[in-house]
Amino acid sequence: MAIELKMPALSPTMEEGTLAKWLKKEGDAIVAGDIIAEIETDKATMEFEAVDEGTLGKILVSEGTEGVKVGTVIATMAGEGEDAAAAAPAPAAAEPPAAAPTSAEPEAPQPAKAEGATARPASTAKAARDPEVPTGTAMKTVTVREALRDAMAEEMRADERVFVMGEEVAQYQGAYKVTQGLLDEFGPKRVIDTPITEYGFAGVGTGAAMGGLKPIVEFMTFNFAMQAIDHIINSAAKTNYMSGGQMRCPIVFRGPNAAASRVGAQHSQNYGPWYASVPGLIVIAPYDAADCKGLLKAAIRSEDPVVFLENELVYGRSFDVPDTDDWVLPIGKARIVREGRDVTIVAYSIAVGMALQAAEELAGEGIEAEVIDLRTLRPLDREAILESLAKTNRLIIAEEGWPTCSIASEVMAICMEEGFDNLDAPVLRVTDEDVPLPYAANLEKAALIDAPRIVAAAKKVCYR
Amino acid sequence: MAKAARSKTTDSAPSARDQHDFALHSLQESHEKALRYDASTEQMLDFYEQMLLIRRFEERAGQLYGLGLIGGFCHLYIGQEAVAVGLQSALKEGLDSVITGYRDHGHMLAYGIDPKVIMAELTGRQAGISKGKGGSMHMFSTEHRFYGGHGIVGAQVALGGGLALAHQYREDGGLCLAYFGDGAANQGQVYETFNMASLWKLPIVFVIENNQYAMGTAVSRSSAETEFYRRGTAFRIPGMDVNGMDVLEVRQAAEIAFAHVRGGNGPVLMELGTYRYRGHSMSDPAKYRTREEVQDMREHRDPIEGLKKTLLERGKSEDELKDIDKRIRATVSEAADFAESSPEPDPRELYTDILVESY
Ligand SMILES: Cc1ncc(C[n+]2csc(CCOP(=O)(O)OP(=O)(O)O)c2C)c(N)n1
Ligand SMILES: [Mg+2]
Repeated sequence: MAIELKMPALSPTMEEGTLAKWLKKEGDAIVAGDIIAEIETDKATMEFEAVDEGTLGKILVSEGTEGVKVGTVIATMAGEGEDAAAAAPAPAAAEPPAAAPTSAEPEAPQPAKAEGATARPASTAKAARDPEVPTGTAMKTVTVREALRDAMAEEMRADERVFVMGEEVAQYQGAYKVTQGLLDEFGPKRVIDTPITEYGFAGVGTGAAMGGLKPIVEFMTFNFAMQAIDHIINSAAKTNYMSGGQMRCPIVFRGPNAAASRVGAQHSQNYGPWYASVPGLIVIAPYDAADCKGLLKAAIRSEDPVVFLENELVYGRSFDVPDTDDWVLPIGKARIVREGRDVTIVAYSIAVGMALQAAEELAGEGIEAEVIDLRTLRPLDREAILESLAKTNRLIIAEEGWPTCSIASEVMAICMEEGFDNLDAPVLRVTDEDVPLPYAANLEKAALIDAPRIVAAAKKVCYR
Repeated sequence: MAKAARSKTTDSAPSARDQHDFALHSLQESHEKALRYDASTEQMLDFYEQMLLIRRFEERAGQLYGLGLIGGFCHLYIGQEAVAVGLQSALKEGLDSVITGYRDHGHMLAYGIDPKVIMAELTGRQAGISKGKGGSMHMFSTEHRFYGGHGIVGAQVALGGGLALAHQYREDGGLCLAYFGDGAANQGQVYETFNMASLWKLPIVFVIENNQYAMGTAVSRSSAETEFYRRGTAFRIPGMDVNGMDVLEVRQAAEIAFAHVRGGNGPVLMELGTYRYRGHSMSDPAKYRTREEVQDMREHRDPIEGLKKTLLERGKSEDELKDIDKRIRATVSEAADFAESSPEPDPRELYTDILVESY
């Protein structure tokens, strides 16, 4: 029986790709392990390797074809002892190429449907203007990934003391390609590949900061920073205090945080609440590209140790960023990303996108939700929360993380302590389930926060 | 006390040094005297089958990943088969314990664990060995004393030290085999464990699977000492430099190392020189090495082809070996079908296995 060769998925998010090159011709003998073709996405070129033995029958998708959907039959193969010519009349050829390129992350699988498209604040009528952006500022659309890189590059150009270190940040261009291009521009003295030794290089970075430099330490993900948390907390966060203000530690610890896509319990945690509980640290967890850029620049300029939490699933999303060379935002200020009068949804990082999506849905049902992006988790912008609560009298918190001892818990405490008189309903938190993150697709989906859960909670506090 | 010890060393410096050096190199020397294990043809066929099973299983896993049936990170063991098969075949099953990192499919298969439950774990199904809750990186079999399946680079080394401590504590005569990568070899906890293991004479074999790369980083870019087997020297742990691309050499080295550890002499550090043919995980474009380098390894060092050659020399026929391959392909296909068609976990599983007891 003829074997059908199908366009492979190179990451869980890949939906289509370019068939760049055929390395075998029709009639060629193939053994398992042979590379049959090269397939390109916008991020990488991957090899398509044979699993079965046989003879290549008909090539159904010619090389150079773009937008070949995953699962399309690209060729047929005759098994051992079969006639290659007889193998395989062509089913329908490749579907017509689609326009948008897909994003295949190197080490960064993403869920099949990113909520990015629906969650763009700019696209909603109710989107609030960022008060920081002066009127008339030209905007440029960039991905979160690029915004973060630009922030580092600009600060490195401006200040010789700034350098980047971490695993795969230089030659590999970043495990998630956030440091792409930095090695080329700044050279190996300022873009340093480290061995896999988080405790060691977090300590070395901290010491370098104490010694007068301004390190940016990238953790491949914050899951691995647990090896280094001792230096972040005991060495970096406390030294200024213990030295009576003599010893500074201006360092940025940054990298992706929280759940990715099906990478299991050890690779999927939100450390926001962990670090936000530590006096002596600044903790920033922005959502969109403009905030990522403006706040990372602020973090690098800060004289204090900063934990800067990014989100891998958001890296590829595009947003408008002010096209100025000095876009720096204040640390410790939340932002109203959508105005509304009926209920406040407080969120940060990836949950902001979900909250915006929920707000859109709620609007359809006549509920005007105000969405607040905390942006900084420590110090927390209490006024922004309380002001919005005073306006809407109802508040929920959306957080991609565990419920217990969370940022949500903290916001609830603030509402109880300082906003009690303004509450028309109990404050609710919408979070992940209180379990280690499972691998199985259905369980993972069940464990993670999503827009419908936010909608349900918002309706509940509105008694709808 | 310290002074006395020091003066003693200086007084009789040459002989004392000789003695220590001898202890540290003696295992390597015995290994070099007889590199290859003297296996019967039956045993060789066994090794061949096991390695081939891992190869075909991993190829299929790669394919299922391509079809979107496996998600997240999926690290294949293709190229490194001789390491797990050679070492684990020398273990006392049910007594000795094994622990490794996330590149764990091969180690599971080398135990003879049913490929179906492994593949079903990769697809995240209820029938998977971790009920679909662990995935590719987190598989365990307490029945076989296989302790995982760990995602944090280097963590398994200290955990392995603990497994060895348990063997010593219970006086059960077992040992622990703790595998880790060349990249993992730079983690601090590895050396903390080396020190304790040597100090307490723990029954542990540290196995560095040196496949030349940690993600995109070649060993020479991450390691000051790239002869990893020497890294135990400061802790007085004897090292062995082993060709990990020949299952018979691996097995022979295992005999020597395990005997040393079982004799109550403390840990051994084995460096297994090997190579991964595929990317670090499924979505690695592998720009950091040339295709020629990979091809050269496949053509000249492949562990399966190597053993095939020996088997043919022993009088086995191409056809016999082809039949084995056919059988294994059928087994793997069956496992894949099973993994594809068996149901996802019951939604209630989300809340099970978090704690053992109820409070
Ligand atoms: C503490 C920690 N840091 C970083 C990572 C990300 N990571 C996963 S595998 C890997 C490379 C490890 O290479 P090596 O130890 O040589 O093992 P190999 O993958 O070659 O088997 C890295 C950096 C991790 N999982 N844990
Ligand atoms: Mg390696």
